[in-house]
Amino acid sequence: MRTESTPRPADAAPVAPTARGIRSRAAAVWARPGIRLALLGAVVAVFIALYLFTAVPGSLAFALKIRGVSVVAMIVVAVAVGVSTVVFHTITQNRILTPSIMGFDAFYMLISTVIVFMLGSTAFLRTDPVVLWVVQVVVMVAFSVFLFTWLFGGKRRSIHLMLLVGIVLGTFFRSFTEWMQRMLDPLDFQVLTDTSFASLTRPDETLLLLTGILVVLGSLAVVPLLNTLDVLTLGEPVAVGLGVNHKRVIMALFAIVSVMVAASTALVGPILFFGLIVANLAYSYAGTFRHRWTLPVAALLGVLCLVGGQLLLERVFAFGASLSIVIEFAGGLFFLYLVLRKGAR
Amino acid sequence: MIVLDGVTKRYNRQTVLDDVSIILGEEGVTALIGPNGAGKSTLFGLVGRLIAADAGTVTVDGMDVRTASSGDLAKILAVLRQDNHIAARLTVQDLVEFGRFPHSKGRLTVADREHIDRAIAYLDLEAFRGRFLDQLSGGQRQRAFIAMVLAQDTKYVLLDEPLNNLDVRHMGEIMKLVRRMADELGKVVVVVLHDINFAATYADRIVAMRDGRVVADAPVAEIMRPEVLGAVYETPVDVREIDGRPVALYYS
Repeated sequence: MRTESTPRPADAAPVAPTARGIRSRAAAVWARPGIRLALLGAVVAVFIALYLFTAVPGSLAFALKIRGVSVVAMIVVAVAVGVSTVVFHTITQNRILTPSIMGFDAFYMLISTVIVFMLGSTAFLRTDPVVLWVVQVVVMVAFSVFLFTWLFGGKRRSIHLMLLVGIVLGTFFRSFTEWMQRMLDPLDFQVLTDTSFASLTRPDETLLLLTGILVVLGSLAVVPLLNTLDVLTLGEPVAVGLGVNHKRVIMALFAIVSVMVAASTALVGPILFFGLIVANLAYSYAGTFRHRWTLPVAALLGVLCLVGGQLLLERVFAFGASLSIVIEFAGGLFFLYLVLRKGAR
Repeated sequence: MIVLDGVTKRYNRQTVLDDVSIILGEEGVTALIGPNGAGKSTLFGLVGRLIAADAGTVTVDGMDVRTASSGDLAKILAVLRQDNHIAARLTVQDLVEFGRFPHSKGRLTVADREHIDRAIAYLDLEAFRGRFLDQLSGGQRQRAFIAMVLAQDTKYVLLDEPLNNLDVRHMGEIMKLVRRMADELGKVVVVVLHDINFAATYADRIVAMRDGRVVADAPVAEIMRPEVLGAVYETPVDVREIDGRPVALYYS
């Protein structure tokens, strides 16, 4: 995470410490994205420490081992969701979408359902999770890349058409999944239902490592494209005019988004819903459109969301609810707020 | 020089550009006129590599726009399209900085900063540097976009209907600026205009298009004739001489 705070030449004239002077200085400091990022980082660190070190029932070492894995999982997922959603917004020139509109979540559920339907829940549970993860990731990435090259790589090159087809296919997958689930044995159905809620507390460590590697590689691949992403916010015509090889850049970014989303969904289940909240909060919090700030802010806000939600869940509701319910409730309210605010303008 | 050679573009079965061959870029300001749907914006799209031609080639200083690197082209050719809707909130300074992207790839050098300052000064936008684009009037916005194009520091500048939605005063300001860009900065400007009289006043050469073809291409005086303009727009246009300048009257 970059937390560079560029030292500025000290203000030449010593300002008298009037209340107004202090306030305007504070505003000037607050206006710098680096300061905001650093502050957010500090808050996230506090939350992680709270989660790790408070309310330890027995041995601290044991608790740390269990909770440490959860925290790493939350960070991996938050980075994947935060980065992929912001990049997806820039690619599609739209800020109220998440990559789930391409049917990632629906497709994940379809694959799980098909496996349970064909092999039964015992075989599903007995399958090596690594194998299952690899299958999920490969199928999801293959599907999204197919959709992308079909609708964007050819002559048509329409992002909107691609999104529309994604929505239609997502709906189709959901209905198909539901239809198959109706014919399932109740026991099989219960096993399946468990997979349909994101679970961050007990991830498989091998899978976590694999997902972590993919997410780190994906994030590193975005770094050289940060300035290009900024240009893409100007829209395709202007970006092309400024010398961006639009088709190639969009394809590369889309591939990165697909891999990150597929890997984290296969790790913890459908989780994309909170990308919308995180990305939009990041835009207003970072106070700049530049991706070198919005991307890390989105990732950190994602961590804050997940760790904070988990804290609330474990310590306040005593596991009385599921994390996805907590976040979806907050996310739903936030989405309504976004839509209403847009409408009010 | 921008050379279009036998360029044809079809959408489904409709031909929007029909075997157009033209050389642009020998004189300062060229105005491109013609009725709606004549193919003017399509022509700009082809030169600006947003649209691929079905036949023919477009070259800019010998570089084929379909095969040359987009980054190299952006150093010699700047295109400003009609509607520039931007989703993100940018300040004027941010926008003009983007004009340096072809040269700096986002890492601004001292020389880049000089270009940016000069462009902002040239467009008289110093007071608005820190303003967000959505806080500007139409005329100021248009100037901010032209400043970006200017910061790009290209030999060729293509402006698609820069006078859209502007009032009389701002239209005049933009056209004077276009003229100065050609005279003072030595740029080759091609500008799409709907107002024939602005074209006649500020351009050196007028290219008229209709139904995807170039129907007239000549110095101003030869285009500003009732029979030529009448044929281009398929409507009666009267041309009178006022203070020694031809003025088209099409209000009847």
